[in-house]
Amino acid sequence: MAILDPFDALSSFQQALDAYRTSSWLDSSVSGGGAYPPVNVFRKADDFIIIAELPGVKKSDLDVQVKGRTIRVTGTKTVGYQEKAAVHRRERLAGRFDRAVTMPVEMDPDRVKAEYRDGVLALFLPRAESEKPKSIKVA
Amino acid sequence: MTAQAKTKKGTAMAEKQELSVREKKEMVAKEEKTIPGRYYVPYADIYETDDALAVVLEMPGVEKKDLNIALENDVLRVDGQIDFTKYKDMEPVYTEYNVGHYARSFTLSNKVDQEKISANLEDGVLTLTLPKAKHAQPRKIAIG
Repeated sequence: MAILDPFDALSSFQQALDAYRTSSWLDSSVSGGGAYPPVNVFRKADDFIIIAELPGVKKSDLDVQVKGRTIRVTGTKTVGYQEKAAVHRRERLAGRFDRAVTMPVEMDPDRVKAEYRDGVLALFLPRAESEKPKSIKVA
Repeated sequence: MTAQAKTKKGTAMAEKQELSVREKKEMVAKEEKTIPGRYYVPYADIYETDDALAVVLEMPGVEKKDLNIALENDVLRVDGQIDFTKYKDMEPVYTEYNVGHYARSFTLSNKVDQEKISANLEDGVLTLTLPKAKHAQPRKIAIG
């Protein structure tokens, strides 16, 4: 999916995201753990990228582990108030989370990269060398 | 920022419970947008202290430069744009949430000192501190 026209980009991107809503690509039931945070999985060339929104979670309260095909994101989200404050509206939730995602392909655990910026966690998962498609010459 | 710093000493919500997933709420705009694309309503906390009103909004993925905060006729409008160019060449294979811009507005009941509004964006959370105007602060009346 290429994003070219900035005016059209958003709606076509949103449509693409909707189209893959809980597709059977990931067998989430196998992993266990909680459902938070919700994740989006993208493919970029040979590799995969998992993106999750974790607003209000500090980098230091976030832990990412990779084992085999499974990637696990755990952490705590705290929502604090000033002392003696009268709360008018409280919509933000606090709590802990533990999410595991099992990828359908083997990853290269040493090359997995995690980036956390503006409350968004991006996990870059390079496909293991053994999983890369090989071209077969037709004799 | 002072509000943020003081928060650390303040009361923290129970952390023992497991976080649950909430579907993002799509915005139903009073005025329609001329650009295509969905907007979402950011989750908000609002609290008041003796000298200020604090509005805390969750807007993951919004960068400082893409934030627009305006106060007009006692209506506070916050608009946060998502930079979609980051998703270039990325093909979705499995999705659980959608991505969009954020917008929300609040009608302020307290008279706010417009000149002194401060904003802080940290880990996708925007904290707006709106100091109350002098006349709106509780005044102690001496009994003669």
